[in-house]
Amino acid sequence: MAEQDNPQKSQERIGVYVCHCGSNIAGTVDVEEVHRWAAERLEQDGVVVARDYKFMCSSLGQELIERDIKNEGLTRVVVAACSPHLHEATFREATKQGGLNPYLCELVSIREQVSWVHSDKQKATEKAKAVVAGGVRRVIHNVPLEPMRVPIHPDVLIVGGGVTGIQAALELANGGKHVYLVERDSTIGGHMAQLDKTFPTLDCSACILTPRMVSAGNHRNITLLTWSEVTDVSGYVGNFTVTIRKKARYINTNLCTGCGVCSEKCPKKVIDDNFEAGLGYRKAVYTSFPQAVPKYPVIDVENCTYFLKGTCKACERFCPPGAIDFTQKDEFITVPVGNIILATGYQTFDPRRIPQYGYGRLANVFTSMEFERLSNSAGPTGGKVVLRDGKTTPRAVGIIHCVGSRDRKYNNYCSAICCMQSLKFAHIVKERTGADVYEFYIDMRTPGKSYDEFYQRNLEEGVLFVRGRVAEVTDAARLPGEEGKLIIQAEDTLIGKQRRIPVDMVILSTALEPRSDYEEVGKLFGISCSTDGWFIERHVKLDPVATMTEGVFIAGCAVGPKDVPASVSQGSAVAARVFQYIQQGEIALEPYRATIDQEKCSGCRICNDMCPFRAILFHEDLMVSEVNPALCQGCGTCVAACPAGAIAGSGFSDEQILAQIEGLMLIDQEQAQPVEAGL
Amino acid sequence: MEPTKTNSSFEPVIIGFTCNWCSYRAADMAGMARMKYPTNIRLIRVMCSGRMDPLFVLKAFASGADGVLITGCHPGDCHYIEQNYKALRRFLLMQRTLEQMGIEPGRLKLVWASASEGAKFTDEVIKIIDEVRLLGPLNWPAGQEMEMLPESIFDTEAAMEEEA
Repeated sequence: MAEQDNPQKSQERIGVYVCHCGSNIAGTVDVEEVHRWAAERLEQDGVVVARDYKFMCSSLGQELIERDIKNEGLTRVVVAACSPHLHEATFREATKQGGLNPYLCELVSIREQVSWVHSDKQKATEKAKAVVAGGVRRVIHNVPLEPMRVPIHPDVLIVGGGVTGIQAALELANGGKHVYLVERDSTIGGHMAQLDKTFPTLDCSACILTPRMVSAGNHRNITLLTWSEVTDVSGYVGNFTVTIRKKARYINTNLCTGCGVCSEKCPKKVIDDNFEAGLGYRKAVYTSFPQAVPKYPVIDVENCTYFLKGTCKACERFCPPGAIDFTQKDEFITVPVGNIILATGYQTFDPRRIPQYGYGRLANVFTSMEFERLSNSAGPTGGKVVLRDGKTTPRAVGIIHCVGSRDRKYNNYCSAICCMQSLKFAHIVKERTGADVYEFYIDMRTPGKSYDEFYQRNLEEGVLFVRGRVAEVTDAARLPGEEGKLIIQAEDTLIGKQRRIPVDMVILSTALEPRSDYEEVGKLFGISCSTDGWFIERHVKLDPVATMTEGVFIAGCAVGPKDVPASVSQGSAVAARVFQYIQQGEIALEPYRATIDQEKCSGCRICNDMCPFRAILFHEDLMVSEVNPALCQGCGTCVAACPAGAIAGSGFSDEQILAQIEGLMLIDQEQAQPVEAGL
Repeated sequence: MEPTKTNSSFEPVIIGFTCNWCSYRAADMAGMARMKYPTNIRLIRVMCSGRMDPLFVLKAFASGADGVLITGCHPGDCHYIEQNYKALRRFLLMQRTLEQMGIEPGRLKLVWASASEGAKFTDEVIKIIDEVRLLGPLNWPAGQEMEMLPESIFDTEAAMEEEA
């Protein structure tokens, strides 16, 4: 306690600075009264200087602090101004300029937490005094801290080989850094490789993506690990050790030339649920698409006749270089990296969850990904827009927006791409079939470059827009002209009427959802997810590709729904962010850390399980625990949990917090018993 | 419970603990949006609600506070992954302990507020002030509490030495 340590008078020389913030604070708090009170009442606590100033954050305000440290010999600084989230760094720097350790400065908020939320000037002034007293009592227990510096291994792990991961990998590799690009699938390319056209320019998705894929595949600075998954991550920023499982391909990639004879000769046809969205077939030994990178196929053991029945081996017989190897086993490799980028992407909403739209029950209801494959010239119909029977051209098509998004029952968020994707579909249907196209939308969201122009173009092309959420898609005809059709029942909110529109084909613009394993992935890499399941940014606006875990970065749709341009931007952004760390060679970490006094530690190990960052290790030989300061994030949970009081948390120590509580209550004790208050 | 004349004029003091990442930012947000709440609450910033030592709650009451509000990130949103769950567990235990000590459990509350929930933060602050006002002063007289609680409870070092 402050008083116990300093029974008479604090040994510290403390400067208190109360900011007016123009009238932001001074309008509600009597600033002069606060600093006068602090000088008088907190003298015993060591306050030797107390001033007010119009704008403490201005260079003149900062100089005030610097000067007083030098001239008055201050040992501690308390600034009462705005939230520490705004100017903590500013005043710490000023303190440092004055010659003191920056962590001997305490910023207490009398703006966001006082003047802006209160209107009674007298009461607000009293509270401001309490807040200042809390800061003064606390700062006495502040100790000098030094940011921790850890070296950064220059190699980078990127998880996810979609367009975001490829972009980040190329940026880093072109800059001379070595990248491990890990992809779960047999090829890189991600969802973008499945698309036909990209909005709003309608350039062919494969034409712009596949050159990038090839560059990534050939790059001497990129180690491409497809058909692989990360199984373990240990270490901390700058020094991660990552274990990757390379699943058995049953292909000797040193021999394989990617000629494709194995797939040709394989007698087993399998519905391709993954790449062809269930509309096409592949073989049991396959590459997802002709331009796959790497070009090596994989054998699908669940469907391969040899693995099921023990005979066949057609692929082995016909493979010219003899690259088929049925004895291959999963392989585990361990690599050291300094930074990790997660670009794990998204999955699409399963519209079976909305039974009234009839997907899976009514043949000619398609998902957006199915339509992408249907309209893709490399897809199962060669780009012909036809019904599920494979031959009939639709004469009327309904496109439903927001399927599974902007819907309280499923996902509240907007999937960001559906409006533009639906407009693209409408254009393609018009272009290729001349059918009537109806778009059922809630709001038309076209905020990107040239996006609204694309909407205008669709309007000019005669696409019909119905504003309102679709209630039902049914094949139960009620009116003439509805027989044999799918009837879309929707409210047209612009004319205030219910409408029934008969069509031949319905396309559901399904929501983008987080990957189903987001929780495990978050845990594996030590980052958190929002309640929806998207990874959380360090700062939504100002640090959108970093996470709260140092050295682990996020980009692309794993952070939230995005279109291709936004994903690519994030890929580049995250590369720049990682570059900065690599170039510095080392990183300074906030010195808020837990430390265990081994003399006091009883070896109970309660703290070991408390730590989600696995920062606490137990020494079996000494029977004590120890905190790895580079892994510790400084939450302080173990500090509070230790029954022996053996763990200290720097920056937010027991002494600091207990003293602050006393300080905050000082003013009430003063009123109750004029002098000699306190514990 | 009807407020009597004496306790309706009573103004409680609440110590509020906020976590650096969510609820302190919610308090910032309340300020930026110029939402209003009474001056009865005084905030302390900790890095995480998981930092909440039951000792802090006892210390606040011992120093004259009438109520304590602990706030943190929503479950699943914790910046330290899951430490707010640990705060929740401790909170439930603390409430029981307080009850056994004769302190109304309503004087201690745990509330989740995300960085964007300035309005919720404001509502919860107003709520606890009103609730504690109805409960009346705690009357853990300052100056006496150190006799009630052995000094060593606040000073583990002294306790260690004693043991040794």
